[in-house]
Amino acid sequence: MTLTRFYEQPGFRNPWADFERMRRDFDTLFRGWPGDSPGAPGATVFPALNVSEDENTVYVRAEIPGVKAEELDIAVEGDTLTIKGERRLEAGTGEAKGSYHRREIETGRFSRALTLPGRIDHQRVTASACNGILLITLPKAEETKPRRIEVKGA
Amino acid sequence: MSDKEMQVHHKQEVQQAGEPTKPARYFVPAVDIYETEEAVHLLAEMPGVDKEGIEINLENDTLTITGLKAGNGEGAERVVLREFETGHYQRRFSVAETIDRERIEATMTNGLLKLVLPKVEPAKPRWIEVKGG
Repeated sequence: MTLTRFYEQPGFRNPWADFERMRRDFDTLFRGWPGDSPGAPGATVFPALNVSEDENTVYVRAEIPGVKAEELDIAVEGDTLTIKGERRLEAGTGEAKGSYHRREIETGRFSRALTLPGRIDHQRVTASACNGILLITLPKAEETKPRRIEVKGA
Repeated sequence: MSDKEMQVHHKQEVQQAGEPTKPARYFVPAVDIYETEEAVHLLAEMPGVDKEGIEINLENDTLTITGLKAGNGEGAERVVLREFETGHYQRRFSVAETIDRERIEATMTNGLLKLVLPKVEPAKPRWIEVKGG
């Protein structure tokens, strides 16, 4: 730190100034990177996911309005969860029948992979969709559940 | 249909004129609006909202759609990753066409609100026959 201050003295040209500036620029660039701060939306791959856990289970939620349950393909392999699917809006809508005033809802295929926070019991994974929100319930594997250790009296 | 993978569009919060009294968050739902000869069709993304939470109001050519989110049961869970925020939805449109209010239809499927606003039937041309004397 003292070294930096020494360089910042007026009249002294800091040979590292350009590198310093570059580092600062990179810091700005990477601010808001996913995982930087909780609550910062960072994902760009559809669908956005919310992951939470309690003692026994990991919950993965995704907002997928307009995606039918049969269009979804969810798989767990090792500690990777993949959600694939396709959003198709009703056939017969759109250009064929009328003209668009606004078109903000995207359609198409999506595929998202997520590394789970711990080992899970593959056999008991369930998924349900309700009101356009997909909820995947992943029970944790027995060995990762918190175990209470009793202290024995002498 | 494009082969391009879908991207996440982060929700925009509603910029309200007044401060809300309840500490709830409102987001702007993404919509598709298209018009046919008979009606104006509107599709709105409202994940987490059930049928009972939908309010549609057409007043002085201003259409307001509101979706109130049902509880998502996230109680004592510890958040690991948060990429989307949850809240209610609201959006206003001014409708230029004359809409037949009585025949507005709304359906809610998989978090997608579909609204059909039928236009008032235009006065049909009537041919008047001239009878010979």
